[in-house]
Amino acid sequence: MARMTMIEAIRDAMDVMMARDERVVVFGEDVGYFGGVFRCTAGLQQKYGKTRCFDAPISESGIVGTAIGMATYGLRPCIEIQFADYMYPAYDQIVSEAARLRYRSNGEFTCPLVIRMPTGGGIFGGQTHSQSPEALFTHVAGLKTVVPSNPYDAKGLLIAAIEDPDPVIFLEPKRLYNGPFDGHHDRPVTPWSKHELGEVPSGYFIHPLGKASVVREGSAMTVLAYGTMVYVAQAAVAEIGIDAEIIDLRTLVPLDMETIAASVKKTGRCVVVHEATLTSGFGAELAALVQEACFFQLEAPITRVTGWDTPYPHAQEWDYFPGPARVGRALVETMEA
Amino acid sequence: MNDFRPLTLHVPEPAVRPGGTPDFSNVKIPKAGAVPRPEVDANPEDIRDLAFSIIRVLNRAGEAVGPWAGLLSDEELVEGMRNMMTLRTFDARMLIAQRQGKTSFYMQHLGEEAISCAFRKALLPGDMNFPTYRQAGLLIASGYPMVDMMCQVYSNSRDPLKGRQLPVMYSSKEHGFFTISGNLATQYVQAVGWAMASAIRNDTRIAAAWIGDGSTAESDFHAALVFASTYKAPVILNIVNNQWAISTFQGIARGGAGTFAARGLGFGIPSLRVDGNDYLAVYAVAKWAAERARRNLGPTLVEYVTYRAGAHSTSDDPSAYRPKTESDAWPLGDPIIRLKNHLVIRGVWSEERHKQAEAEILDSVIAAQKEAESYGTLHAGGKPSARDMFEGVYAEMPPHLRRQRQQAGV
Repeated sequence: MARMTMIEAIRDAMDVMMARDERVVVFGEDVGYFGGVFRCTAGLQQKYGKTRCFDAPISESGIVGTAIGMATYGLRPCIEIQFADYMYPAYDQIVSEAARLRYRSNGEFTCPLVIRMPTGGGIFGGQTHSQSPEALFTHVAGLKTVVPSNPYDAKGLLIAAIEDPDPVIFLEPKRLYNGPFDGHHDRPVTPWSKHELGEVPSGYFIHPLGKASVVREGSAMTVLAYGTMVYVAQAAVAEIGIDAEIIDLRTLVPLDMETIAASVKKTGRCVVVHEATLTSGFGAELAALVQEACFFQLEAPITRVTGWDTPYPHAQEWDYFPGPARVGRALVETMEA
Repeated sequence: MNDFRPLTLHVPEPAVRPGGTPDFSNVKIPKAGAVPRPEVDANPEDIRDLAFSIIRVLNRAGEAVGPWAGLLSDEELVEGMRNMMTLRTFDARMLIAQRQGKTSFYMQHLGEEAISCAFRKALLPGDMNFPTYRQAGLLIASGYPMVDMMCQVYSNSRDPLKGRQLPVMYSSKEHGFFTISGNLATQYVQAVGWAMASAIRNDTRIAAAWIGDGSTAESDFHAALVFASTYKAPVILNIVNNQWAISTFQGIARGGAGTFAARGLGFGIPSLRVDGNDYLAVYAVAKWAAERARRNLGPTLVEYVTYRAGAHSTSDDPSAYRPKTESDAWPLGDPIIRLKNHLVIRGVWSEERHKQAEAEILDSVIAAQKEAESYGTLHAGGKPSARDMFEGVYAEMPPHLRRQRQQAGV
């Protein structure tokens, strides 16, 4: 066991897999010599050489497109898009190619590929360093989408993603890289070294994809969250004193509907929280699925607390970001509904 | 006061439209044998001229001349002839089958047969092509079963792709033929990645990327050139310039302003232009580029100058945008007739043998077609199972897809 930040845990996952499997290659913009703008790949080039970890031209479609070619050759690329906000030039390669290779070739060509992308706001990143585009991936058949919320999960999920035979979009909430964040931007942030989930086993282990984690058991309502919003939900629940069950989804596709449905059937209420914009966001899918699975147990409408349907602003960061106060109000309203 | 006149937008137009007289006077064609053949390790700077000329082997008389000649034996040339004739016959039969409603769609190669057929012969087992939808000669020249191609076109019960793909979007890993995508240019950069992987693993296999003139305007074309050049990937970057992208003449993709081959020069990639209707020239250039790649000398860009003699697809009517007789006026002629003339001069072919080969090939294509149709066509007979629709989205079917399959009741 070692104390790690999320950055260190992600780097450790790649280190473990590069050592175990020489087919694993890591590349992206500034990923090689410099070790990544978030330090997630620091030291990997020195340890494994320039043909295993290298810098790429500034071309997202080139990075993803070449990685797809490598994956079909038999490598296991784990590549980085510097910010999820910059994945759009690669969207054609992700949607039309990575997601569909296995299907359209009837399994002749497969794409064991991981695309890591720092995601999410709460860092004054403005419009192009704060987006949460997960719904643009969850809508695509053939992709798996993962969002870890702590170092321990990040390592286990990333190793599982690298070993997965299908393309995995691995969204890393950059707000959580150095420590958990509950939305109280006016308070000092606790580093991962002071958090129990900063304790990460050394060596190889996995968290299977498709398994949610119940981070707080409760009986009054179910809160579905992932990424940074897990901590916001925890803070909101603590502050308003509701006995809510909080589920960290961890994997959006495939989704752990068993855990979700069991919880909502028990509590009878459900609030979905995410940073991404509301309309057609992943919360809409969650609300629809919960409604289908738990209609007769629901005692209140399913509520969504999300980013507003606007581009992510700069100066208005804390009016946009769904913080503990806004989440708390929704929880109270859902209890009273 | 502003002394500038109003700006105007330049929109290129082809020289001739329907009703006009075809005019290819702008296509500058050097004599066969006129372009030198550099060593494969030549400095890209020193062979820039090759991007602006056209490498040709067969002259007007049908003789093979110049430094790019002399690489193929009689047997190999006869085999190439039969491959091209087979592809043309296959196309003709599938066109009819589409008109008869046996499938929804087809795309032919008319006039471009030499490119994919000859190129395939320059590769070694294990190499991988990343083709577009107009390189089925790669499959025919590699011995891929024609019945399987037809079953794919028919989406029948023996379709290797289980009816999931549009006709002509073949896939065969075994035959070095990467799964075709409807999205243009995507495979161009994937080929570079595959080649990079071969280099990362210290393998000796090489990749071939394919793209048409129109699709060079896609951003993935640019990305592929950057990556191929940066990492010196063992890849052959092929551009098939058949002058047309559906109804759009090559000038809209900015052909005519320099050449497509010349685009490689800015990336330091040796770039060659070749007569795409000259089987011998295509083979010789492909062999040269493959040798460069295999000797770790990096990528080569090759522009094949040809003409799309047929319609873009069965959904297209070219008489709406170009003169009906334009293909007859194409100065590089027909690849089959040109190789035929050469084989006759070599004394290994004759009018009689040609007719006989045509009849034999037609018989074998019809026999394959009968067999393929015994497994069904798009609207009649055997079909892929509806269960197959749900398979292969992921390695293992996730719970939500299993639920949907149950709902579908299949």
